[in-house]
Amino acid sequence: MSDALKYFRQDRLPHIWCPGCGHGTVTGALVRAIERLGLDKNKVCVVSGIGCSSRAVGYLDFDTLHTAHGRALAFATGIKLSRPDLKVIVMTGDGDCTAIGGNHFIHAARRNIGITTIVMNNEIYGMTSGQYSPMTPKGLLGTTAPYGNAERSFDLCELAKASGATFVGRGTSFHVPLLIDLIEKALQNDGFSVVEAITQCPTYLGRKNKLGGAVEMLNWIKDKTVNAKAAAALPPEKKAGKLLIGELHNAPAPEFAGEYGELIGKVQRSFENIKGGLWECASNSD
Amino acid sequence: MRAKDMSEQKKVFFHVTREKWCKGCNICVALCPKQVLALHNGKIAVERPEDCIGCRMCELRCPDFAIEVKEKGAEPAKPEAAASDFDLPPEADHA
Repeated sequence: MSDALKYFRQDRLPHIWCPGCGHGTVTGALVRAIERLGLDKNKVCVVSGIGCSSRAVGYLDFDTLHTAHGRALAFATGIKLSRPDLKVIVMTGDGDCTAIGGNHFIHAARRNIGITTIVMNNEIYGMTSGQYSPMTPKGLLGTTAPYGNAERSFDLCELAKASGATFVGRGTSFHVPLLIDLIEKALQNDGFSVVEAITQCPTYLGRKNKLGGAVEMLNWIKDKTVNAKAAAALPPEKKAGKLLIGELHNAPAPEFAGEYGELIGKVQRSFENIKGGLWECASNSD
Repeated sequence: MRAKDMSEQKKVFFHVTREKWCKGCNICVALCPKQVLALHNGKIAVERPEDCIGCRMCELRCPDFAIEVKEKGAEPAKPEAAASDFDLPPEADHA
């Protein structure tokens, strides 16, 4: 970690997250993955929206952008298209990404634009005191669900896969070595990559549902997940109701920013033979 | 003789803790497989560093980057940048 500490704005630490919050673990995993790949600080841009998770960019010593609620992927799309040489990372939360930013998410996945999205899924809106989100499991309590959440929750990895993301993985703040590997692979993937990181929120989800503190919640996360490789050999009754973790989808496809650059080049070349060139062509058109 | 050989091969670890960053969430203490760590006054303390097997689960799971496991003799000791007090002038270390 001491080598990875150079990627932090150390004078901003300790961070504002509650004691035991899993977002710090995920931020640490991202920094360790970047350190493993040896990325240049000036070639990485980290974008976030609004929420507990989105505070992460304030502690990272890259070019960072803290944007409007749910619009992190929209801003990141603009950055990637204007500067395709940058490694663009989006750190977002479950409410930010699946509720208000749901459309940005599926369309960024459809385009397969080269953005690495890390969704810190704590299954609740933590910053605004514990309203249920589209990722809150059915039956759990929240401030806006005092008798239990009646809605079904998203399976974000299936959603990303169906929308066209080329790398999809799910990790947790309990299985950190796996999470680091997944983020490393996601950063290497040329295309839209999604890593869902399940984290614990002891302050709201844990307290409302009497799940205990951070340690009990980590054990709860451990019990409700099963590795995708191990699950292939398990009988169906043992994996019923459990979430799969690990690399869930990896299907390389042409990346959008590169394709778009090629299209621009092709159009520009098609105007080269016109008398007066591109400028005259543009000035003659109405 | 054999036990001595094994003890010579045994790796020795030491811990770097950053009490200023620690929030006392107890994750490292509870999930350590060898019960090496403890909380003293709500901050991380290393009670039995000789029992450490170097699995680094405390380091990886710490949300506050407050603990680090290092192998003795594996790398030259560097001054710990993160432990420096940003409120103090740098010449305070030379007292």
